[in-house]
Amino acid sequence: MRLSDLPKGAPAVVDRVDDVLADDPIAQRLRDLGFVTGEPVRVVARGPLGADPLLIQIGSTRFALRRSEAARVTVRTGASAEGELA
Amino acid sequence: MSASTLRIALVGNPNCGKTALFNQLTGGRQKVANYAGVTVERKEGRFTAPSGRVLHLVDLPGTYSFDATSPDEQITRDVCAGAYPGEPAPDLIVCVADATNLRLHLRFVLEVKRLGRPVVLALNMMDTARRRGIRIDVDELQRRLDIPVVETVAVKRGGAKALIERVDGEVPAAAPAQPDDAASRSDLHAQVRELLAATVVMPRNTDAIDDAIDRWALHPVFGLGILAVLMFLIFQAVFSWAQPVMDAIAAGVAALGGWVTGVLPQGSALHSLLNDGVFAGLGAVLVFLPQILILFLFILVLEESGYLPRAAFLLDKLMFKAGLTGRAFIPLLSSFACAIPGIMATRSITDPRDRLTTILVAPLMTCSARLPVYTLLIAAFIPQRTVWGLFNLQGIVLFTLYVAGIVSALTVAFVIKRFRKDKSEHALLMELPSYRLPNPRDIALGLWERALIFLKRVGGIILALTVLLWFLSSFPAPPDGATQPAIDYSLAGRLGRALHYVFAPIGFNWQICIALIPGLAAREVAVSALGTVYAMSAGAGDDALASQLGPVIAQQWSLATALSLLAWYVFAPQCMSTLAVIRRETNSWRNVAITAGYLFGLAYLASLITYQVARALS
Repeated sequence: MRLSDLPKGAPAVVDRVDDVLADDPIAQRLRDLGFVTGEPVRVVARGPLGADPLLIQIGSTRFALRRSEAARVTVRTGASAEGELA
Repeated sequence: MSASTLRIALVGNPNCGKTALFNQLTGGRQKVANYAGVTVERKEGRFTAPSGRVLHLVDLPGTYSFDATSPDEQITRDVCAGAYPGEPAPDLIVCVADATNLRLHLRFVLEVKRLGRPVVLALNMMDTARRRGIRIDVDELQRRLDIPVVETVAVKRGGAKALIERVDGEVPAAAPAQPDDAASRSDLHAQVRELLAATVVMPRNTDAIDDAIDRWALHPVFGLGILAVLMFLIFQAVFSWAQPVMDAIAAGVAALGGWVTGVLPQGSALHSLLNDGVFAGLGAVLVFLPQILILFLFILVLEESGYLPRAAFLLDKLMFKAGLTGRAFIPLLSSFACAIPGIMATRSITDPRDRLTTILVAPLMTCSARLPVYTLLIAAFIPQRTVWGLFNLQGIVLFTLYVAGIVSALTVAFVIKRFRKDKSEHALLMELPSYRLPNPRDIALGLWERALIFLKRVGGIILALTVLLWFLSSFPAPPDGATQPAIDYSLAGRLGRALHYVFAPIGFNWQICIALIPGLAAREVAVSALGTVYAMSAGAGDDALASQLGPVIAQQWSLATALSLLAWYVFAPQCMSTLAVIRRETNSWRNVAITAGYLFGLAYLASLITYQVARALS
């Protein structure tokens, strides 16, 4: 599931970040900011217009990501994620 | 470099409290300038350590990673690596990390360490970490990182004591430099996890206070409501607090000018130069200062408290649709008071393209200097009438002028977005830091810095241009027995007459054309200039007629001319201070030319349409 589709408050872990173009600086920056495999992540709030941007909690940090940015992050939820969250 | 001085570079993630630490160490002994050729701020300060050694500190821009995506980050990386031209390599790097957010900040510490230079880690905000029950095994962290680690509380007096003692001692040995490639980069996260697991215990990931405030501040309905109330309060304060001070400054400078020039013979060129050139220019510069300082007081408090990124979060979607970013909201809003602090506030916009667009459209926001022109024309030409049983016609016209400014700003931003060659995606990727109580010292230093920038860089240009305008308006002097106002014989007068050919199609008479020239200094000056032109044409006393300017122009101008002039003032860049601050903030005359060019073009077009349509209808 993409991070941009994750329901608000649902626990998940990052699976991977995809480059939408070769050498995608935004994808690289997301990885630098801690969006790496196995990191727990959660949608905390959504913008008032069109539910955009999203407020993402990752580790002890909160980032505002536009939907197009969050769509680069694939997350795992449910049973597959719970093992790692426990 | 002598043995008794040491160059220290302060680096760290944004929001690590680096600048507060810098302020704590250097106090008022700071020098703020730009790096040569770019608009990234270079902050330097020094302090004398207990040993008597002089320590030079450079506060580098906050950075998430050395994989630079912005000019700020490139400079931080190059200065740290000793690769920035004209900037000596630092003897010691002090890396500042927020103790409550080590998961993010430690990664950058590891990146800095890989440069192979002496590094000290300052664990900042240790007081907050303790309050939140975060336990950090500093000795173990120091052992594993193999660099000295000290605890600091940048916002508390004496909170940097441990850091001062450490940097005053022997410079630590540098770790061997390591290559920087993608593979080792992803390795850093694994190292951070290991370090955290071994040295940090965090009861919960977030601060309960932040969560509670954000539940309201970011709520789709209440959040926007809170933002609206805040903005309303700021504007109330700007207009009600600044006005008396502005009046006092204007009167004070005029009185000072009168006193200084009192000994000079009336009517002499020197008397006029000092009075109408230098002191008028000084007044034009200083009169903006109260609004700028009050606006910046609020902006700095909002910034320091952590609210500013929340406001950007709430409005990002709206602004993004128009080709801007949520971060452009505060600068554009400030521009309703005055474009100068608005343009200076664009520094919080990280993407250089977004920042330039914001600067280009900021002058379209209806600033307070347009109000004297608007009120004069509206009172003279728009009847005091109730329409649709509810609204005041004069009020509707004023409101329309404000809306016209906003709509055209959004349109221009949209057009810039369409025609920009670089179509790569603009990132928001904005951290929402923890809420913090603003520190009075940091606010005061920030205000002082802004005031100095304005007075030194902008003031000089305004003063020079005002004197130039005085010269144009005063020479050559009128011949003996002249019947027309003095300005009519001057270069400005001739220029105004010549301009009349250009402005006739949009309905401006020669008096307006002449008033436009001194009105370049600031918009409201056009009103007094018009007063002078009409007063002296009528041969009456200066003040008597200037105060009755409204009725006079109501008699002499057509409604089409008045509407055309209103449309002109929505767009025209009739403000040298704004152009001067664009030059200072973008470091480019080209951007000044683009701004002035497109605004004059729009102004002419809008006035032409307004005038021709109004004439056809009447």
